[in-house]
Amino acid sequence: MTARVATNESILVVGGGISGMTAALEAAECGRQVILAEKTPTLGGRTALLYRYFPKMCHPVCGLEINLRRLKANRNLRILTMAEVVRIEGARGDYTATLRIAPRYVNENCTACGACAEAVASTIPNPYNYGLDRMKAAYLPHAMAYPQRYVLDPSIAGTEEGQQARAACRYGAIDLDMKEETIALKVGAVVWATGWKPYDAAKIQPYGYGRYANVITSVEFERLADPRGPTGGAILRPSDGKPAKNVAFIQCAGSRDENHLRHCSRICCMASLKQTQYLREAYGEDARSTIYYIDIRAIDRFEDFYQKVQHDATVRFVKSKVARIAEDEKTRNPILHGVDTEGYHHYATSHDLVVLAIGMEPEVTGAQVPAEVIEDSSGFIEGAADGGIVAAGVAAAPLDVNRAVQSATAASLRAIAVVHRAAATENA
Amino acid sequence: MADMKTAAYVCSGCGIGDRIDAKQLERIAQKEGKMQLVRGHEFLCSAEGVALIREDIAKEGVTHVAIAACSRRAKTDAFAFEGVAITRANLREGVIWSQPDTEDARELTQDMADDYVRMACAELKRMKVPAGNPDRGTSKRILVVGGGLSGMTAALAAAGAGYDVVIVEKQAALGGRAAQWHRRIPYRNPYDAPVETGIAELVAAAGAHPRIKVHVNATLAQTKGAPGRFSVSVCVEGGDMVTEEVGAIVQATGFTPYDIARLPELGGGTNPNVVDQAGLERLALEAAAKGEPIRRPSDGGEVKRVVFLQCAGQRDDSGAHLPYCSGHCCLTSIKQAMYFKDASPSIDTVVMYTDLRTPGLGEDFYRAGQARGILFTKGRASSVTADGALCKVAFRDLILDEDAAIDADLVVLATGMVANSGVNIDIPEEERQKMEVKPVSVLNLAYRQGPDMPQLKYGFTDSHFICFPYETRRTGIYAAGPVRRPMDMAQAAEDATGAALKAIQAVENAGLGRAAHPRVGDLSFPTARLEGCTQCKRCTVECPFGAIDEDEKRYPLFNESRCRRCGTCMGACPVRVISFENYSVDTVGNQIKAIDMPDEFSEKPRILVLACENDAYPALDMAAMSGAMYSAFVRVIPVRCLGSVNTIWITDALNGGWDGVMLMGCKKGDDYQCHFVKGSEMAAYRMSKTDDTLKQMGLETERVATYEVAITDVARVSQLINEYVAKIQEIGMSPMKGFA
Repeated sequence: MTARVATNESILVVGGGISGMTAALEAAECGRQVILAEKTPTLGGRTALLYRYFPKMCHPVCGLEINLRRLKANRNLRILTMAEVVRIEGARGDYTATLRIAPRYVNENCTACGACAEAVASTIPNPYNYGLDRMKAAYLPHAMAYPQRYVLDPSIAGTEEGQQARAACRYGAIDLDMKEETIALKVGAVVWATGWKPYDAAKIQPYGYGRYANVITSVEFERLADPRGPTGGAILRPSDGKPAKNVAFIQCAGSRDENHLRHCSRICCMASLKQTQYLREAYGEDARSTIYYIDIRAIDRFEDFYQKVQHDATVRFVKSKVARIAEDEKTRNPILHGVDTEGYHHYATSHDLVVLAIGMEPEVTGAQVPAEVIEDSSGFIEGAADGGIVAAGVAAAPLDVNRAVQSATAASLRAIAVVHRAAATENA
Repeated sequence: MADMKTAAYVCSGCGIGDRIDAKQLERIAQKEGKMQLVRGHEFLCSAEGVALIREDIAKEGVTHVAIAACSRRAKTDAFAFEGVAITRANLREGVIWSQPDTEDARELTQDMADDYVRMACAELKRMKVPAGNPDRGTSKRILVVGGGLSGMTAALAAAGAGYDVVIVEKQAALGGRAAQWHRRIPYRNPYDAPVETGIAELVAAAGAHPRIKVHVNATLAQTKGAPGRFSVSVCVEGGDMVTEEVGAIVQATGFTPYDIARLPELGGGTNPNVVDQAGLERLALEAAAKGEPIRRPSDGGEVKRVVFLQCAGQRDDSGAHLPYCSGHCCLTSIKQAMYFKDASPSIDTVVMYTDLRTPGLGEDFYRAGQARGILFTKGRASSVTADGALCKVAFRDLILDEDAAIDADLVVLATGMVANSGVNIDIPEEERQKMEVKPVSVLNLAYRQGPDMPQLKYGFTDSHFICFPYETRRTGIYAAGPVRRPMDMAQAAEDATGAALKAIQAVENAGLGRAAHPRVGDLSFPTARLEGCTQCKRCTVECPFGAIDEDEKRYPLFNESRCRRCGTCMGACPVRVISFENYSVDTVGNQIKAIDMPDEFSEKPRILVLACENDAYPALDMAAMSGAMYSAFVRVIPVRCLGSVNTIWITDALNGGWDGVMLMGCKKGDDYQCHFVKGSEMAAYRMSKTDDTLKQMGLETERVATYEVAITDVARVSQLINEYVAKIQEIGMSPMKGFA
C-alpha cells in the first residue's frame, strides 16, 4: 500500500529525537509536507532522558515541550511511531520508503487515563530509565510522551493480562488483534536522524561494568539525578542504596580508543563537568567528585563552565587514563588503579561510585542502514552520494544538543532543496 | 458581536463523571457562563464527540468553543478546530487527578471543577478569533551580510531552495578570510590530510547563480522594517545608495583574529618569526605560489623547527585576553604542522597545548598528525624571545612539572576568534561614544532598541537556548558562522545552511501574518488603543525582541511581524491598552472575576496561580499524572509568559477577595530559562513593586508570591502550593471578600 498524502515533494524524517523533530518541524514550518517516523512508541529520543543540559543547567524537557507544541499546531506534519524504516529505494527526488509498524495494541481512542496499567501486574525493564527500574507492561513511556498514548508490551498482548487490560479500558482503546503492518511511502528526500546509543560499557573489560554494581554509565547517572527517575532524584549506589558522595568520573570510556570508538564523542567532558554539579547540588560541601581525564574538551564558551567547576572545591581533576578498576569485596567500593601523568605517580583510589563518561556510537551501528549511504570510519553517516538522503544530528557526527539541532536545521534545508528541485522538474 | 456563538462541551470521561457532577457543570456553563449551546459527552475526544463539535461549528454556526475535559496539552489532535476560538477547562489533570478520591474531598473537588467551567466561559466570551497580523510583508528575498564562507554558503543554500538572495560584502571581492587560507581541515572521511578550501569554487558558484545578486565594497547604511518588509539602504562603491527590499537577513560577518600584538611576551607584533595562524596561512600560500618550502620570515632561512603555541591569548581567566576557547585552533595547528611535515618529514613540529581539543573524527586527524611525527607537548609557554634568528620558547612542562625551553625557527600563536558583531547595544550610547575605538554598526537597524543584534556573551551573537540555536532576539535576522560562536569552516557551513532555513521560514511566516518561533503559527498579534496611551514607553523598552518603535507622535509603533507574541508589552502597560485577540487583560481578568468566591467565614480560601504555560503548567499537569495531590483552594490560569502578567490582575484578584496570588515562572538571571528572555525577570520586578499596593489595601505582603518553577519540578510544584496555602491559612482569610 502506498500512503496517500506522500508525494515526491514530501520529506521523510527518520528518527524522532531532538534532531529528527527539529528537521521535521523546520521543514514543516517552511510549508513543506513532512512525515516523521520514530521507531519507539514516543518522540523525544535521548534528550528526554537527560536531567539537565550543560552549561546552562536547564531542563531538556522544557525544549521538548516547546517542540511538542510546535508539532501539535502544525498541519504539515504526520507522525508515525513504532515505525521502523526497513528499506529505501530510488534516487533523489523519487524514493519509496518501506516502513514496518509494530503493533502498539492501543489505538487512538486512548485517553491516557491509565486504567489499563492499573489492571496489569506484569512488569518489564524500563528503557526510559536505562533499565534501572521496571515499569508496568501496559505503560505510558514517560510523562512527556507523545503521542500521549499507552502501549501494551507484546509480552502480555496474547495473555490473560492483555484481556484484563482490554476489559479495564472504557474507551475501546485496546486492540489485541493489532498486527505488524508494512507501508510504503513515496517521498522526495530523506533526513536520516537516527541518533546515537551509549557504547556498550561491558566491552571495556578492565572497568568492570556489569560485574561491579557501583560502576555505572553517565546516561544512567542522569536518571539517578532526575527527580522523575528511579530514585526520585536521590544519587544512591546501586549496591546498597546508600548515598554516593565520593564519585569518580572516568572520561573517554570507549571514546578516543581504537579498540573501541575511534572518535571523540565530544559531549562527555562537559557531561561529567555538569554531573559534578548534580553531586554538589545533592550533597553540598560533602560531595567529592574526581574527574579522570586525558584532555578536558570544553569548547568555545563552555570554557566558562570548566573554569567554574575548576574553582569548585568539591571537584578534583586527575590527568590519567584509568588502567583498571577493582572492587573492595567488603564495601563494594570500586578502586581505581592507574598513573597520574602529571608527576607520574601510581594511585589506587577508592570511590563510592564510578561513572563512566560513556562514548556515543551511531544508533544504527551493527544494523544495516536500509539505503545506500556514505559512512565514515566510525559509522557516522554523511548521506547518499546524490544528496537525496541527508544525515542530521548525531547520526551524522558526535555532537552536543545545540550542534545537533544546528545540523538538523541545515539538513532540513538540504532536504527542502531536493524536493524543490523535484517539484521544479515535475512542473517543467 | 452578532455573529459570535458560544458553546461549551463537558466531558465526563476518564473518571470525571465519577468524581464530579458533570450535569451541574453543564448547568453552570448555561446559567452562569451564558453559553448559547451546552452539551455533555462521556467520551468527548472520541471520533463521535469530535464530530459533534464539528457539526455544531458547521451547522449551528458556533464560533467559540469551551471544552471542559482534560488539560489543554492533552488530546490536541482531537480538539483542533480551525477558525474558531477555543478554551479548555482542565477537569482531569487540573481537578480529579490532583485531588484525592475520597468522600471528604468531594465537595471541594466539585467547587474546583465548577470554577474552572466558570473561568473557561468567562475567558471565551472575551476571546476573538485571530485573523493574522495585518503587517504582512511580501518580500521573500534574503539578504546575506558578508560574503565569506558562511555568507556564500547561506546564499547558495537559500537560492537552491528557490529564494532570491542579495549578498552585501564589505571587501572588494567575495571570499572572506578563508580565501586567504592555503588548505582547510578535512571535513569528511578520510580525516587524514589538509584539503583544498573550495573557496574559489564557492565564489564562482555564488557569482554565477541567477538568483544571487552581489554588492561588493558595500555596507549597510540603514535597515528598517520587519520580516517580510525590510528596506535596506546599501552604501555601494563610490558612496552611492541602493535600496534593497528583503524579507529576512542572515548576518555572516565573520571574525577577526585576536591581535597578536597584544601578546608581546610571546613575541607577538615584535618578532617577525612569530606569526598567528592566519600569518602562517599567508606564508604557506606565498610559498606554494613560488613552489618553495615555507621560510623563516626574518631572513628567509630554512625552517628546521616550528613550535605551535595553543590557546595564545585565549582560555584566559585573568581578564587580560579572551576567556573562551575558539574550538578550531588545535585542528588548525595540526593542519599547519602537516604543511611542514608533508614538505619535509625532517622538520620538527611541536604543538604545545594544555588540553588538545579535536572532537569527533578530528581524533582521526590528530592520529594522522601523530603518525606524521608531529610532537605534542603538554605545556604552557611563558615567553618567546629572539636569539639571533631563532626564537627561544620558555615554557612549563606540565607532565614533568618543570620549567623548560625549546628553540624554533618559527613560532605560530594559535590566537582566538573575535566576532565582527558591530555595536554592543547593551552598552549605553553615551558610553559607546566615549570608547577608544568607536564600534561600527553592521546592520544599522532603525530600531528603537539599538542598531545591531543583541550580543549573548564575549561579543558573539549566539542564541541563549540549547534546543534552539537559531532563537534570535531580532525576528527575521539570523547570525551565522563565527560571528555567532567561534567555529571552524565545516561548522560554519553547517551553521550558515541552518540560518538560511530560518530566514526562509521567517519570510514564509511573515507572508502568512503569523508568529515566528516559539509561538509558530500563532495568528494573534498585539494591538493598542492609542487614545488611552500615556506614552510611558514601557512597552517599547521592555519588548525583548525590539518589536516596538515609536512613531513621530511618540506613540508605540508595533511591528507585528517582529513580535513573538509573548505579551510582555501587555504586562508592562500601566493603562492596559495593549491586548491580543485571544489573550488580553480582559480574557484573564474576566476569569479572575468569574469564580464563585466563598465568604470570609467559609474557611475556603482562594489562591490564584498564574503559571507559565511552557514550564510551570506542564509541571502541574505532570504532578497530577504522577499522583501528587495539591490543595483544592487553588485556581490555575496558564499565561503565555510571566512577563505578560499585568499587575491589574493582581489588584483585581485581591480586591475581589482572593486570598493569595502565586506567580510561577522560569528561572531568571544569567542562565535564564525564559524563552521570552526577560519575562520572569520583569514579572519579579513588577511584583516587587506590589508591596506598597498591598499595604495600602491593608493586606499582608505574603499575599502575592513569585516562584521559579522548572518543568521538571513535578514533585516540588505541588509542595509549593501546599506550603503557600498553609501560609495563607495561617495569615487568615482576606478581609476584602464581599466588597467587589
